[in-house]
Amino acid sequence: MVSLFSMEGLSGLLFFAFIGITLAGALIATNARSLIRSVAGLALCFLGVAGLYYYLNSPFVALMQILIYVGAVCVTIIFAVMLAGSSELKQLTQRNGLVGPLAILASGILVFALAGLALKTEWLAAPCLVNRGTVEDLGQSLLTTYSMSFELISLVLLVAVVGSLVLARQGRDK
Amino acid sequence: MEILVLSNSLHTYLVIGALLFGIGFYGLVQRQTFIGMLISAELILSGASLNFMAFNRFLAPDPTVGQVFTLFIMAIAAAECAIALSIIIAVYRNYKSIDTEDVVDLQG
Repeated sequence: MVSLFSMEGLSGLLFFAFIGITLAGALIATNARSLIRSVAGLALCFLGVAGLYYYLNSPFVALMQILIYVGAVCVTIIFAVMLAGSSELKQLTQRNGLVGPLAILASGILVFALAGLALKTEWLAAPCLVNRGTVEDLGQSLLTTYSMSFELISLVLLVAVVGSLVLARQGRDK
Repeated sequence: MEILVLSNSLHTYLVIGALLFGIGFYGLVQRQTFIGMLISAELILSGASLNFMAFNRFLAPDPTVGQVFTLFIMAIAAAECAIALSIIIAVYRNYKSIDTEDVVDLQG
């Protein structure tokens, strides 16, 4: 029995706030009419997910989530909306009216199946822990076990940056 | 108040991950602009990484594996976002539109 005003109770309330922020942000991101609003909803959702990461004992990943997603990805999307967007003012081409309800049906089936699978399965906990998963352990495993993937991911990022520059630069002087 | 200790159970996180995935899928099908679809794809990716982090916290013997994987997902998502946005800008330059129904030149 956990009292509402104890430490656990307050952290539970905060956890529910983070869940609410995440789901509300996701719904705004998919349903808002203007693109800027949906990017703002996306940033809200990422903030909520960062809070959930904090509850999962990984403050480093939570901070990285805020830094990369809210700080970089959302800002980049806002730049693209400003360069190419504003098409929500134009009338979008009409499509079949069945698309909305069918999309809700399909994603509802997906959520039902995934959540049912998660709730029904007997998950086996690990018998022992190798380390505590602190930032120190994370850094050590990034630079020893996963050093190859670490180098490869930096290569991928470099290629992506150069490629996006090449793609976006075409025809600039027209 | 058993409901207040939900943050300590694996199932909560898995259900939230499934909900994020479903909302992202709904947006991917229903959105009519490329940028809207990109936003929904980001939602799907964050649902997947939430699942990884939950399994990492509750089931993995080495609790750094999931964190490393989530960091890699973030890097891949950032690269994907940069590439997709530059493609969107190139498409906008040629078609003066980011509506998915306008870019159908390759349709048979």
